[in-house]
Amino acid sequence: MLEIKNLHVKLEEEDKQILKGVDLTVETGKVHAIMGPNGSGKSTLSYVLSGKDGYDVTDGEAVLDGEDVLEMEPEERAAAGLFLAFQYPVEIPGVGNMTFLRTAVNAQRKARGEEEMSAADFLKFVREKAKSLKIDADMLKRPVNVGFSGGEKKRNEILQMAMLEPKMCILDETDSGLDVDAMKLVAEGVNALRSEGRSFLVITHYQRLLDHIKPDVVHIMADGRIVKTGGPELALEVETNGYADILAEVA
Amino acid sequence: MSVLDTTEVKEGVDQETVDAVREVGGKYKYGWETEIEMDYAPKGVNPDIVRLISEKNEEPEWMTEWRLQAFARWEKMTEPEWAMVDYPKIDYQDVYYYASPKSMAEKPKSLDDVDPKLLETYKKLGIPLKEQMILAGVEGAEDAPAEGRKVAVDAVFDSVSVGTTFQAELKKAGVIFCSISEAIREHPELVKKYLGSVVPVTDNYFATLNSAVFSDGSFVYVPPGVRCPMELSTYFRINAENTGQFERTLIIADKGSYVSYLEGCTAPMRDTNQLHAAVVELVALEDAEIKYSTVQNWYPGDENGVGGIYNFVTKRADCRGDRSKVMWTQVETGSAVTWKYPSCILRGNESQGEFYSIAIANNMQQADTGTKMVHLGKNTKSRIVSKGISAGKAQNTYRGLVSMHPKAQNGRNYTQCDSLLIGDKCGAHTVPYIEVKNNSSRVEHEATTSKVDDDQLFYCRQRGMDEEEAVALVVNGFCKDVLQALPMEFAMEAQQLVAISLEGSVG
Repeated sequence: MLEIKNLHVKLEEEDKQILKGVDLTVETGKVHAIMGPNGSGKSTLSYVLSGKDGYDVTDGEAVLDGEDVLEMEPEERAAAGLFLAFQYPVEIPGVGNMTFLRTAVNAQRKARGEEEMSAADFLKFVREKAKSLKIDADMLKRPVNVGFSGGEKKRNEILQMAMLEPKMCILDETDSGLDVDAMKLVAEGVNALRSEGRSFLVITHYQRLLDHIKPDVVHIMADGRIVKTGGPELALEVETNGYADILAEVA
Repeated sequence: MSVLDTTEVKEGVDQETVDAVREVGGKYKYGWETEIEMDYAPKGVNPDIVRLISEKNEEPEWMTEWRLQAFARWEKMTEPEWAMVDYPKIDYQDVYYYASPKSMAEKPKSLDDVDPKLLETYKKLGIPLKEQMILAGVEGAEDAPAEGRKVAVDAVFDSVSVGTTFQAELKKAGVIFCSISEAIREHPELVKKYLGSVVPVTDNYFATLNSAVFSDGSFVYVPPGVRCPMELSTYFRINAENTGQFERTLIIADKGSYVSYLEGCTAPMRDTNQLHAAVVELVALEDAEIKYSTVQNWYPGDENGVGGIYNFVTKRADCRGDRSKVMWTQVETGSAVTWKYPSCILRGNESQGEFYSIAIANNMQQADTGTKMVHLGKNTKSRIVSKGISAGKAQNTYRGLVSMHPKAQNGRNYTQCDSLLIGDKCGAHTVPYIEVKNNSSRVEHEATTSKVDDDQLFYCRQRGMDEEEAVALVVNGFCKDVLQALPMEFAMEAQQLVAISLEGSVG
């Protein structure tokens, strides 16, 4: 369970407050969606939770299963089960996707005091996961995200998610840059990973992704705060009326 | 070092690398010193010292003369200043030019006679026990069965070759692998014919000094049509203080032969600088092929630039015969200052030269390295892949020459020269010279400069790797093309070195 309380964040470089008191609880096994207009602080929330440099937490906390993640290094958060599917997955030339995955899996296992996976076991594991996500074996051999299409990059994120088996998955605008077919494929991957012990926070600008990944709870974020919370119908309301009505209503 | 499957090595970093980094904890691994009684020649260099070195090696008169002529020439030369390196003036009279363990005065006949300190030194450097026995010069150890893959080793400790392994087995194949001093005594006809034929005595300041005072090094001759049955290697260790190491290596691959040669180097951590000025000459005759790989890990000095080795090295290959081929691969991670340009003279028609290089400069290190590809014959081909990595306050320069002579019709060159910067206080420089003197040749040059960016590191860390693992992964990816060109054992070592030498370069 992820509990965010009164989270205030400003940019490190300039005196600009981005998050102005976010309160949010994602229960274990639930899928929450955050929607909101551009510049409302959605992506900042995902970066702050995962530990990216460049932000100052001025107040509040974010607790994952009893541990304050804001105190941890990014890799410690990862080992604690926090996973961020990037809006723009990063290219790493010369590093095979397989090597990257194996290094990541073993780094996390080691951090948790578990035995590292042998080369043979890992190979079996990764092939199995790739197959279930309909990912070509060829994609495993290519360097991380280099020359990948938009759809391939996002599916690669989902593959990483499947391999690392996190407790808390944050999807940052996973639908951006995808056509309908690619989005469906990615959504199928996410749905396959839904389970009782795993929570999701799906950040999106558009409702269309939520047609495929059905959320339990929808939040609307504006100007650094959660301004409205509701069921899946809230997403449909945004789709029909845009953000203006909701914002006017809560103002 | 455990063996991983090939795909793992080729794909980039792996757990092994990371473990190695942890284990070493950012320290230079080979910085210890062997306390051993040494024989020194008096400090400084003059004709008497040159004669003394020649005498210590029991050299014939012609060799002594050769050295003396080189010395006379050297006295008239001045130290080159064109390289992008900056170091205090070297006092050439304040250096020992010859240092040898006292126990090596007579070759030990059995294990009991071998100086245990020498045995211990090689054990600590990770040279397998079986080889260790032979390294320490024990006669008869060759007959014991070797474990795993065979690599014959010539070990040079300060000024002398301590021993050469597998000589008997190589002899059966007709391959001569011994110290250069032994070759001068036992195979004078070969040495006379080839020594100085690739790097002339007058070539450059450091090469000329080397010609006068070189003490030991390795000699290889592979007869016509022979594929050398094992990898050959030389392990150079500088131990004595204030001592220069001037090794000389000569490798001759006769018609249609093949040899792969590896070279490794380490030195103790000291707060004074030490000079290393080597000359390596390779000769490839018709249809012969030589692969020469180096992992250079001399002590680089501390993070403030105190101490470290001055590495001024002349390496050149002569592709003398038609269709001959030479491949240089180097991983340069050590030394305070590196000045080194392994080159190929492509004399034979259809001969080929390749140069793969990773040069890493961290903290206050300075590296000015590259290659020369001189195309003389028709249809000659060369390929240059250089990866320079700078971190800390280091300066890293690629300097290269590609020259197509008028007769080098249809010559081809491809150069790829990439620089990677870590942090904002280091520098990368690329100085390519291209000369084309005929119309049918083609020269291609590609260069890139990039930074290890924060987004890449954050991406890796979000997946669970710590910062050092992340840097090692990204850098090994950057170096992949070159790491692939190394023999397997070296590729592993090189990957680990890449990670270790960049310790503390971020954050």
